[in-house]
Amino acid sequence: MAVVETKPSEEPKSNAKTTDQTNTITLRISRSNPSEGQESTFAEFQVPVQKWTTVLEAILYVKQNLDHSVAVRYSCRQASCGSCGMKINGRPALACYTKVSELNSNVITVEPMNNFPIIRDLAVDFKQLISNHKKMKPFIIREDSEVTPESKEFIQTPQDLEKFLQFSYCIKCGLCNSACPTMATDESFIGPQGLAQAYRYVADNRDKGKDERLKIVDDSHGIWRCHFAGSCSQVCPKGVDPAMAIQLLRGYMLGFRK
Amino acid sequence: MRESIIMKIHYGTALGAVALVAVHILMRMSQKFSDSLQYQNVIANYHFLPYALMLEVLLVLLSVHGFNGLRVILLELKQGSTYERMINYGSLAAMAALIAYGSRTILMAGMGVS
Ligand code: HEM
Ligand code: SF4
Ligand code: FES
Repeated sequence: MAVVETKPSEEPKSNAKTTDQTNTITLRISRSNPSEGQESTFAEFQVPVQKWTTVLEAILYVKQNLDHSVAVRYSCRQASCGSCGMKINGRPALACYTKVSELNSNVITVEPMNNFPIIRDLAVDFKQLISNHKKMKPFIIREDSEVTPESKEFIQTPQDLEKFLQFSYCIKCGLCNSACPTMATDESFIGPQGLAQAYRYVADNRDKGKDERLKIVDDSHGIWRCHFAGSCSQVCPKGVDPAMAIQLLRGYMLGFRK
Repeated sequence: MRESIIMKIHYGTALGAVALVAVHILMRMSQKFSDSLQYQNVIANYHFLPYALMLEVLLVLLSVHGFNGLRVILLELKQGSTYERMINYGSLAAMAALIAYGSRTILMAGMGVS
């Protein structure tokens, strides 16, 4: 995000008025507690917001001032930790990375992400996401380790880096998995997050674990269960393109890539 | 069988089917469409060995492709090891049954039984 610095004297007068303006929106929060058998209902809150208020801040306002029992997971508040994924007005997004003002609506509905078990309210269970991520062996595999005193670092060219860089930006927020239509019915599917990570390491020329990983994703609920919907790439907040990673990974398996 | 091999077969049978269906359509276009459906003409197709063989190959390709496609849909619909085993063997059986029934038609028409 670009920050434009202006000296106080240069600050346009008209702008100063609008940025301070406080609006009131209706925040509808999905409340549920499956372990207690409590079905989901919506609780509505009136929340004052400003131009820069994020959806997460609006939810935290509710927790601080109106109802502290709302369950929400968050940590970094800056799109880095991957904790605050949820459905915002029907679309999977990071609450800390979505401003209320960009939604162009006075009613904001927040719900837990699809395709994850709900723990309570907006907090969902990441067990399967993390376990599928781990199954992809998300680390460089090779015999010689870079920590021996004799070995130097493994130098890569900018072109080598370019092959996997965007996929290394994944913060495991799970938004892609929640947008995926296959995930909606196939609970054993690895999912776009895991498959994109498999590609991230396979495409890294320092890595020697390609065959191992290709074997893992070549499962009846693995890479072949992607049907090119592409919704994962639409919702990723970090610019990762899991749909492309899946097709590139398939390239290795169909013999188009070495 | 590894899933990648199955899916290579799936894509291969789709490509093969496109080619053979094209031939099939071209054959229909060698005469007026209504003529192509005349009893004698239909029977003549089966008596023409290369074309009958092509129909047989097309039958195999589409049975394999179609029932594997159905297998994929059903695997994504519901999970569980018993269910999945049933789906895998069930689709193989369905492929075999459809190929057997279609081959019977091609053979009988070819030999002039029907
Ligand atoms: C000849 C033209 C055809 C082509 C090029 C073709 C191609 C394909 C491809 C590429 C897929 C995989 C899609 C995916 O993974 O998302 C597919 C799936 C499928 N095909 Fe075909 N196909 C053809 C004809 C047929 C016919 C005639 C049938 C029915 C007998 C059929 C039944 C299916 C089924 C049930 C699926 C699974 C659904 C799915 O995966 O989306 N296809 N086909
Ligand atoms: S690929 Fe994008 S949407 Fe998916 S988990 Fe990683 S950061 Fe989130
Ligand atoms: S709170 Fe860390 S990504 Fe939103």
